[in-house]
Amino acid sequence: MSLRVWWLAFIGGLAALVLIAISIARMYAPARPVPSDAPITRSPTTPKETAHITATLFFGAPDGQSLAPMRRDVALAETVVDQGRQILAAQLSEVPPAPYVSVIPAATMLRAFYVTERGDAFVDLSSDIVRGHPGGSLNELLTVYAIVNAVSANLPAVRRVQILVDGKEADTIAGHVDLRRPLTRNDSLVRETDEK
Amino acid sequence: MRSCDAVPLRTPVAAILILAFVASTGGQDLTPAAPLTLVSREGRRPIPTTVQAGREVVALDDVATLFRVTVKEDTLAGGVTVSYRGRTIVASANRPMASVDGRVVSLPSQVIRAGSRWFVPIEFLSVALASIYDQRIELRRASRLVLVGDVRLPRVTTNIDFPGPPTRASIEIAPAAPVTVTTEPGRLVVRVDADALDLPSATGGGLVQLIRQGEQPNQIVVTMTEAAGTPRATVTTANNVARVAIEVPPAATSESKAPAVEPRAPEGEPRPPEPDPRASIVATRSWQTIVIDPGHGGDDVGVRGVKGNEEKQLTLDIARRLRAMVENRLGLRVILTREDDRAVGLDERAAVANNGKANLLISLHVNGSRVPDQSGAEIFHLQLDRESEEVVRVATAEGASLPTLGGGVRRLDLIPWDLAQARHLDESSVLASVLQEELQRQVPMSGHPIRQAPMRLLAAANMPAALVEVAYLTNPQQEARLNSDDFKTTVAQAVFSAIVRFRAWSEESQTP
Repeated sequence: MSLRVWWLAFIGGLAALVLIAISIARMYAPARPVPSDAPITRSPTTPKETAHITATLFFGAPDGQSLAPMRRDVALAETVVDQGRQILAAQLSEVPPAPYVSVIPAATMLRAFYVTERGDAFVDLSSDIVRGHPGGSLNELLTVYAIVNAVSANLPAVRRVQILVDGKEADTIAGHVDLRRPLTRNDSLVRETDEK
Repeated sequence: MRSCDAVPLRTPVAAILILAFVASTGGQDLTPAAPLTLVSREGRRPIPTTVQAGREVVALDDVATLFRVTVKEDTLAGGVTVSYRGRTIVASANRPMASVDGRVVSLPSQVIRAGSRWFVPIEFLSVALASIYDQRIELRRASRLVLVGDVRLPRVTTNIDFPGPPTRASIEIAPAAPVTVTTEPGRLVVRVDADALDLPSATGGGLVQLIRQGEQPNQIVVTMTEAAGTPRATVTTANNVARVAIEVPPAATSESKAPAVEPRAPEGEPRPPEPDPRASIVATRSWQTIVIDPGHGGDDVGVRGVKGNEEKQLTLDIARRLRAMVENRLGLRVILTREDDRAVGLDERAAVANNGKANLLISLHVNGSRVPDQSGAEIFHLQLDRESEEVVRVATAEGASLPTLGGGVRRLDLIPWDLAQARHLDESSVLASVLQEELQRQVPMSGHPIRQAPMRLLAAANMPAALVEVAYLTNPQQEARLNSDDFKTTVAQAVFSAIVRFRAWSEESQTP
């Protein structure tokens, strides 16, 4: 009898250990990039068979005053930096459905992207973002924060985002918004929308 | 004894008067206050005021008499209408607002109905009545004056610079006006070529007994003590400020018969040094300079409209109109960050304002949107992010100390130059609100008229500062309006009104 009790106790302890191990593994599993109730729309550029994450990209809302968040599939990458490049490539190239508009000049290219240990991300864009910008304080705010929000909303490791132009620090894109320091995510410009 | 006997006799009379006043005001707690003074070309008249719940109010029946407006009570609607030449203001009891020709303006306190009388906050005169009146109405709270029409009423600052002996005093008149000084036994009389003077309360010190308003509205009288000798006065002008420097020696050392007023040196001869304009800025809290920044310029055209209009031209045009208004009506020095169509860096623009020791910076822009329907004016003031706030906080907390002449230590706050605006965030927020209120009375506003954002130019401005986007050039209707002289003048007038109000608020808030 005592041997049976010892066996039961051993098996019970083993089961408890397995449960604890599973719980710990869940606690330390990578967080989902952006939780949202919005259904996922598959980007036409992403092959179905490729592993992907669901990222939130930001576009100009029809009211001209705010950014509209939209969920898009973006290819899964191995590292934070590679994931950031994928997200930015989608943010720069994606054309939203009318009446939503892209707030980043069409020819703008991503030259480089990197993240420091402090969590400061640097987004190096081609000077097309300056040449092609139509101007206006609000327009410029929307452009800047579409980029800043796209990076910081989807990459939890990033605290702040600094935009560079042609590899160098820039004062502004169109003469208004200060780009000399890294910027934090701005939710006050974001308006939730039914558009997916 | 006499005063003690008088008390029992006066007490019932005072009680009756108080009861009568309370009855006439319907039981509201209205306490009489010192009257304001209405100054116009016709002269000076008192405007009776009372204090209710800490706010100063004026009776509409007094306003009707003084300004020749019609006041009618609408008992059914519980409101009152003030009319002048077909234009109307409608106000309701217990509401801190009024409708001026259909536009709602906010008032700093409620409109009060007390018995048969209606009371409005004194700001009603400059905020609401001025909008329907055919002459300028300016409320100068600090000096308790209401200016009506095109009166020349320079601000006068008096100061005892050094009690001595010899005593040195100064009188500054801004904007500068011709000044004559005459010596009379025991006093100097300063006459200013103006309709009246905005003079502070009497001051004195050392051998100067008193500097006060003279018998005429354009006179200042400086009376000496018995120990004073013959005073000497020198008149100089710099930066549109006339300065009378007075030196009063003691009687024993005033034997030399120097002229009371030193004649100006003829042309070609060495002149006495002009007073340091920075010194006068320090000596007085009055505003001296504002900087207007016409956005963009040169290769940087800013926003371009469908019809080809460029933001850089429109901002320069409006800035020139605004400068003319401020210089002509307020007598302030106005600096434009660019006088013509040329590129000026953002740091250079901020430096113009900082080096000019401007009291205010307003940057003028025209907006653009990818949505063609987007319209209306917007005002931006600076938002610092958490990191910048932390930089400023640490710099302010740690600071630095420098020894000063004569012992002692002077404390310095080492705020980075490009975050100079950190000291003025609250004032700039008030400025933005005043700009919004004045603009919305004159031009269409956007759905989100005030925004806080990390604006590059504003961050380095070491004074209250705001950026105004006056309309959307990408909206075809607004582009057409922006092309009209009327609209550009209207925008300039609205910004001018905001400057007038903000200056009054700023000077009042600095008054100890």
